[in-house]
This record gives sequence, structure tokens and C-alpha cells, in this order.
Amino acid sequence: MLLVLFALPFLGSLGAAFLPTRSRNAAAILAGTVALAGMALLIAYYPVLADGGNVRLVIPWLSSLGLDLTFRLVGFSWLFSMLIIGIGALVVLYARYYMSAEDPVPRFFAFLLAFMGSMLGMVLSGNLVQIAFFWELTSLFSFLLIGYWHHNQSARDGARMALIVTAFGGVCLLVGFLLLGHITGSYDVDVVLEAGDAIRSHALYLPTLILILIGAFTKSAQFPFHFWLPHAMAAPTPVSAYLHSATMVKAGVFVLILLWPALAGTQSWYLIVTTTGLATLLVGAWAAIFQNDLKGLLAYSTISHLGLITLLLGLGSPLAAVAAIFHTINHATFKASLFMAAGIIDHETGTRDLRKLSGLARFMPITATLAMVAAAAMAGVPLLNGFLSKEMFLAEALATHSGTVLDSILPFLATLASTFSVLYSVRFIHQTFLGPAPQALPRQPHEAPRWMRLPIEILVLLCLLVGIIPALTIGPFLSTAVRSVLGDQTPIYSLAIWHGFNLPMLMSFTALAGGIGLYLLLGARLNGFPSSPLIGHFKGRRTFEIVLAATIDGARALHRVIGTRRLQVQLRLLVATAFVAAILPFLALGYSRGPRPDTLVDPGFAVLWLLGGACAIAAAWQAKFHRLAALILIGVCGLATCITFVWLSAPDLALTQLLVEIVTLVLLLLGLRWLPKRQPDQWRDARGPLRIRLRRGGDLLLALLGGGGMAAIAYAIMTRDAPHGISHYFLEHAYPGGGGTNVVNVILVDFRAFDTYGEITVLAIVALTVFTLLRRFRPAAESIALPEQQQRQNAFDDAREGRTRGDTVRQYLLVPRVLMEWLFPVILTCALYFLVRGHDLPGGGFAAGVTASIGIIVLYMASGTRSVETRLTIQPVRWMSAGLLCATATGAGAWVFGFPFLTSDFHYLELPLIGKIPLTTALLFDIGVFAVVVGTTALILIALAHQSIRSPRTARSSEATGEGAH
Amino acid sequence: MEIVLALAIGTLTASGLWLLLRPRTFQVALGLSLLSYAVNLFILAAGRLRTDAPPIVGREGPIDPSLYADPVPQALVLTAIVISFATTALLLVVLLASRGLTGTDHVDGEEGDQ
Repeated sequence: MLLVLFALPFLGSLGAAFLPTRSRNAAAILAGTVALAGMALLIAYYPVLADGGNVRLVIPWLSSLGLDLTFRLVGFSWLFSMLIIGIGALVVLYARYYMSAEDPVPRFFAFLLAFMGSMLGMVLSGNLVQIAFFWELTSLFSFLLIGYWHHNQSARDGARMALIVTAFGGVCLLVGFLLLGHITGSYDVDVVLEAGDAIRSHALYLPTLILILIGAFTKSAQFPFHFWLPHAMAAPTPVSAYLHSATMVKAGVFVLILLWPALAGTQSWYLIVTTTGLATLLVGAWAAIFQNDLKGLLAYSTISHLGLITLLLGLGSPLAAVAAIFHTINHATFKASLFMAAGIIDHETGTRDLRKLSGLARFMPITATLAMVAAAAMAGVPLLNGFLSKEMFLAEALATHSGTVLDSILPFLATLASTFSVLYSVRFIHQTFLGPAPQALPRQPHEAPRWMRLPIEILVLLCLLVGIIPALTIGPFLSTAVRSVLGDQTPIYSLAIWHGFNLPMLMSFTALAGGIGLYLLLGARLNGFPSSPLIGHFKGRRTFEIVLAATIDGARALHRVIGTRRLQVQLRLLVATAFVAAILPFLALGYSRGPRPDTLVDPGFAVLWLLGGACAIAAAWQAKFHRLAALILIGVCGLATCITFVWLSAPDLALTQLLVEIVTLVLLLLGLRWLPKRQPDQWRDARGPLRIRLRRGGDLLLALLGGGGMAAIAYAIMTRDAPHGISHYFLEHAYPGGGGTNVVNVILVDFRAFDTYGEITVLAIVALTVFTLLRRFRPAAESIALPEQQQRQNAFDDAREGRTRGDTVRQYLLVPRVLMEWLFPVILTCALYFLVRGHDLPGGGFAAGVTASIGIIVLYMASGTRSVETRLTIQPVRWMSAGLLCATATGAGAWVFGFPFLTSDFHYLELPLIGKIPLTTALLFDIGVFAVVVGTTALILIALAHQSIRSPRTARSSEATGEGAH
Repeated sequence: MEIVLALAIGTLTASGLWLLLRPRTFQVALGLSLLSYAVNLFILAAGRLRTDAPPIVGREGPIDPSLYADPVPQALVLTAIVISFATTALLLVVLLASRGLTGTDHVDGEEGDQ
């Protein structure tokens, strides 16, 4: 059920996204239904929570990493969810009338619902990482919603700024959560909450706290990160009402309250959170006084109230926490209704400028009354909900918390902030609704539609109900929420309106009188300030832009300095970095050979590598001007490697190496045809400019260093004894467990078959890529002409009587060609033999596959592409797909018998004449490998070979073509 | 034996790296081939050198693992050999295509200052 509650908005969002662009009503009805259904579900849960219970739902995912999809519903998250869904429902109704039919409204509702889902996901999460995930999702949807009118520059800027600031905070939050998980050993919220003492005394407490606080402060627009919120007001007003006053900006507060039992109560918590909250409270309230934009005023007032909540949480006493939770709810109700009222004013008059607005009460009396009540709640007038929580706040401000200077100045600053709050509330009401009739408004103002007012009416009614009879309305819910957060620490608090004449009451009335008095004094002069005095110079936005521009410029500069599109430079950097990384441990720990004595050098082996090394150096030297020679020299190195494999007890490797050597050689020979003629070295006579010599010298040095390093590391490894690895297991279990005596093959097709499975998939992908690239292949102009030999042969044939073109090629090496054709069945038999015996003796699918493809290549070389293809159809792609299917089916077959993927089974079968042959499912898998390798190799080589007979035809279709395939 | 193999690996690596840093595509392709020999030998060497002890076990009785060469590096190298063929093929085709499109076999697709 919890999952349904969480998934419902996302499904609704998906549904809304697919509605036609103009279907405003359908989208609104869908969104409203989703919200109401969610609300019904939530209400159904309440009885369980009221008894102090909670609901948990764990869907295991990566349990070993502590990552499970955990949902957790307790009193506090219930209250928050109710806020999200309830205000969400009202905003949906409001938005239906606010949004113009011209706008793509379904998109709006899709974003709104997705946001609702993310917010619910965050509130209902029982896992820290999950919270961070949904936290980022809310940032993303906030971005999309602020930028909803994306044709508007300020909307785009505001959206970007909000995203960058909150996402930056989100990253900090995630890191903080990871640290928290590191401290407590679990990401489970309940476990973390239990471990409060351990967390507070841990060495990493302070960094953890600061990171989490940065996350919370950016999201909840706390000073100095508050600047994004006023710019987010470029969003449609329903979004401002929903995200930027009621829900998303409360996410930071939510996390602070959630983790309050685990993190709060230390000196650093007190200092950071209280100071930040206080600064935000004052700065926000001060700035709100001087705003000329209705929504701007509300935005700064929101900042100020968020600061108030943060301040309360910072105080660290349970009573203050109660006040914080209470004020969170109260603020959401009155501020959302005020935003909606501001939206109506904007909608009906065409402006939000306080300087232009005046006397609207006569045109829209109902809206005016509603807004006045809500603004009074904001100012903290008695009998309204704002008064109650503000009273609690003032009482807490008076109490002693830390014994520092903050304690003594807090009451005064709290009263001052309350005075500001009254001042801007009065200004809002007076300038908008009272006074003379407005002049020159863009639109003739009139009352808003009935249904558009309904959400405000409901919210204002709630303000009144909570304000007058708190114990009967919000009381039980608040108590459930508070108990779920504070547990045993739950203090005794009273929600009555009247506590007798006391100091908080005095402060409250001082603020009311002061605010009204100041307004009477200053009045319309407040309109004259282009920016807030005192703090107007500190523009968060400017700093933000400077930082952003500096970051981008820095990245550009860095790119100019170290970025390059030249491959050689990149490779040089790569090699140098690898070298440095490899040498560091040796510099730190020293280099020494191991204790193991050298085995005696076999002279044969030494001669082998004398030759191999010489060939490698010669190839490196000559590769530029003598490609064919270099190819042959490298072939020698390959052979030396192959012999080394035999020497060092790796027959399987030797076999595969030898075979692959052959196909690689054919491959490169086929490629040589398309390379340009080498121009003579432009520096042949002189040694070239210094720059070139330096570069070559540097490369040589790098190569020598790299080679020397590899040799040193290899020597250090070989002179030490091998650690006791996993190979003993493989050796011991190859036959009893895998049914094969060739351990290497058993590892490939049984123990580590899944790796091999991935490997053959890669092979198939590479072959298809090669094939696709070659289909679009356009050779360079100079390579299109027939090769020199073929031209000569053709000329020879043309010149002689009785010969036709191609005769020379046909008669060339006739006897070897016949022999090669006869070899085909022999090679294939050999391949099959390798395949079948692979499990017990050197061989296996890889070797067999390459062997079979060699057979095919030999046939091509002997007879030429055309004549082979008239007689024999090879469909490499089918081989590949059949092989992959065979391997997959073999693996999946294990499921049928209830084993994991790729579990193998084996038996031995007695066949007459042949004898005992192993019959294992691994053999089937190996057949799959075999088929994929055959297909891959054949596809690559044949596709390359086809270029030779294709391009002359396309380029010079008139001329007859030679038959040689390569 | 160890010293010879270590020097062999070093020589192959040095030649391969030198070719890898050259400007012509074919040189780079050959360099990668040489490097892959070196790396394969290196992986094999990580299993320590054994002669006449291929990891092909008997069918009867318990097995003494110390009598056989380490099969794990061999299994790693076996697939590496086949994959290196595939990557060589891919590289070759990419360089041929680049040569066809740009008219040069320089690795950057345009003649540098060399």
C-alpha cells in the first residue's frame, strides 16, 4: 500500500505526459484524482500511527551495501505527506484556473505530479541514500517547473540557479549521509536515529554535520544560500505556492527535523544552526519590507520564516523542536494561500507591482478578505495559527539554551524580526487592497472565479480553525508527529491561545504595535527603495554568477592548457601517467628482487628471445617505411611468444596464439592494400629541426622507461613466491566439479563461463561493427586503381594471343592451390577435434573456431573470393547468432533444473570405436563459443576481402576486374 | 629464465610503446600488437614460471595443485588473445575508414608538422 501511495503520483505524471497538449481539464482531473486518492490512502494509515505504531516496507535490493528500497511511515512523515498531498490537491485545483489554455498544461501537471511523487518518496524514505536520491529528484522537477515558461529568459536563469544551488547542496547532503552511514554502519534511518550518541562523539561528526547542513540550508534557502528563492519566483504562481513555500523548501527543514535526535544537542549544532537561522530570519524579513513585487515580498518572507524554523531547530530543546514542526505546518498553510492570492491579483490585474496596486478590496472583496486573514496569520495576529507558533517561538527565544551572548540578545532580535514581519504584512495588505482605486492597471480587476478561490478559502479556514481551537484540530496530529520524532524526549506543551499575561505575549504585542507604527511612520516611502538598504549590496546572485563564470572560465583555461585533440599528445600523457602511477609505489617502498632463486637459463630460451627482441626492435624501427617487413618481424615476435607459451606449460595458449597469429597476419595483409604509398621522410637528409628530434627523443625515452619498468616489475614478481590464490581451488575441482581435465578450458566454459559469455558477446559486437564500418567504406582515391601486380598481369594477358584477362591469376601456383583446396576438409576435421577434446586436452572452442575460420580463409586464398562464393555460402552473421543462442540456451537450461545461470552438468558416453567421450553441457557452451568465433573471424576477414572486388567495380565499372581476393 | 623473460617483456613493451607514439596509423596498430604480446606474457609470468607442468590434471584421486602451472593467468590470457585479434581488426578498419575519409594515414586525420 505504501508503495502504491508512493508510485501513484509518478504513474499519474506519466499519464499526464501523454495527454494531448491542450487537454487542460483532463490533466487537472487526473492530477486531482491522484492527489485525492493519495490523501485517502494516507488517512487510512492514520489510526495505526496514532497509536504510536509505524509502517515499514522493505524491498531488498543491494542489501550487502545497505541499499534497500525502504519506506517508513511514522507520525512526522505522515504529517509531512499530508501537507504535500493536501496542498498538492489544492494547488492542482488552483492551477487549473490559473494556467492559461494556451500553455501546454498537461506538461505542467506531469511535472507537478512527478514532483509530488519525489517529495513523497523523500518523506517516506527509510534509507538515507534513498532520501538523497529523491532529494535530487525534487531539485530536478523544481528546475523543470521554474523553467516551465522556458521562452522567458528570467525563468531559465532562475531555474538554472535554483538547480545549481540545490544540486550542489544535494551532493553535500549525499556525502554527509555517506559519512553518517560510515559512522553508524547502516543507512537505515531507524538505525541512525538510535545511534545518536555514537554519532555525536565520533571524530567525523563535524564534517558530517556541516555537509548535511549545507544540503539542508541550500534547499531551505538559508542565508547565505537564500538568493535562489526570489529568482525562482519566475515560476508559475501555483509552483511558487506549492514548491517554494509549502513543500520543497521545507525539505531541508524536514531533514533537519528527521535527524534532530541524531545530530542536535551539541555546541557546534547550536552555533551553526542557530546563527544561520537567526541571520536568515532577520535578512529575509528586512529584505521583504522593501520588495515591490508581491511575489518577491512573499519569497523573502518565506526565507525569513524558514530561518525562524531553522533557528528553533538550532536551539536544541525539545520544546523548540515542537514549535519548529508546528510552524512548518502553519507556514505552509498561510503562505500557500498568500501565494495563491498573489497569483489571483496578478491574474486579474496583470501586475504584481505593489507601487501600482491599490484599493483592490472594492473589486475583489472575497479575495481581499482571505488574503488579509492569511497575512494576519503571517504577522502573528492572535486567533490565527501563525500567532500560536510564533508565541512558542518567542517563549523559546526567552529561555536559556547555551549561556552565550546569543541567549541574551535573542529575545530582542526575535522581537525585531517579528516587527519586520508585521511591517511587511501590513504593507502587503494596505498597498494592495486598501487605499484609493488603482490607476492604469493593465487589466480591469474583478473577482476571481469561484473555484479558483476555493483552495484559498480552505487554507484560510484551516488557519482560523487551528488558530482558534488548536487542541481540537491540529493537536492530535501534531502530538503524533512530535512523539514519532522526539520519542521519550517529548516535552509537555500546551496549544492554548491564552497562557495568561506573560513575556512572550508582551513581545508579541510589542511587535504588532511596532510593525503597525513603523508602517504609519514610513508608509509609502517604502516604495522608493530600489533595493533593500544595508544588505542590498550583498547580492547573492552576483556572487553566484561570478563563481559560475569563474568556474566555466577556469574549465576553459584548463582545457586550453592541457586539452588537445592530437592523439599522440594524449597517448604520450596516458603513457607518462601510467608510468608515474606505476613507479610511485616503488619510490615509496623501494625496489628489490624477491627471495626466490632464478631458475637456470635455458640457452635455447635465451636465443629465442634474442631473436624475438631483435625482431621487435627492428619492427619498431622499420614500421614506417617497410610495412610488410615490419609485419613479418612482428610475426616472429608472435612466434617467439607462442614458443614461450609451450615452454612455460601453457599449451592452450600456444595453440590459440599460433592460430590467432595466422588470422591476424591475413587481416593486416588485407589492410595493407588500402594504405597510402609512403612518402620519403622529409627529414631524411638533415636530421630534421630540433623540435622533431626532441619529440622523437622524448618518445624514445618514454618507451625505454616504460619497457624498463615493465621488465623490472615482471622480474620482481617472478622472483617472489606466488600467493595462495584461487588457482588451487580450480585445479582441485576441475575434474570432480567440472568434468574436464584441461583446467584452463574448464575455467573458461564452466567456472568462469559467464565471463566467457560476455567475451563472445563482445566479439560478436566487434565483428558487426567492423562489418558495418566496411559497408560504408570509401577507399582513398589513389588506392582505387588495381594493384600494380594485377595491372601487369592484365597487360600481359592482353598482349598475348589466346589469353584472356585473368588467365595469369588463374594459372598462378596451380598445384599449391589444389592442395590448399584439399586441405579444407582436413582443417575442418582438425577444428572439430580441437573442439571435442578441449575439455580434457589443449583445444577448446576458441582454438577450434579460429582453426575453422583459417580453413575458410585458405579456401578463399586458394580459389579467390568469387569462385568460393559460387560454390559455398558462408553466413557468418548466422554463425554468430547461432553461437550466441546456443551459449545462452545452455546457460538458461540450468534454470529449468533449478540451478543458477550457466551451471553445468556432465556425463561420459561410451561410443563404439571412438571410446569414452565426455558429454557435458559445458561442451554445448563451447560449441556456442566455437560458432561465435568462426562467425566473427570469417565475417571480419571476408568483409575486408570483399573490399578488393567491390571498389574497382563501383569506381570503374567499365573495366573488368581481377579475381584475386586479397 | 626469469631474467630473460623479464627482458623480453621489457623489449616488447618498449618497441610497442615507441610505435604507439608514432604518427602513422599502421605503426600504431603494430605497436598495439607488440604491446599485447608483452601484456600477455606479463600476465602469464604473474603465475610464475613452470616448465613441463601444464594444468591438465589426472582423473584419479586427489590432486596436488603444486604440481601444475597456475591455470588462472592462462585462462585470462586465452581470452585476451582472441579479443586482441578483434580489437586489432576494429582498429585496422577504423584506420582504413579514416584514411578513406581524410585522405591521410596520420592518426589525427590531418597531416601534422611531421
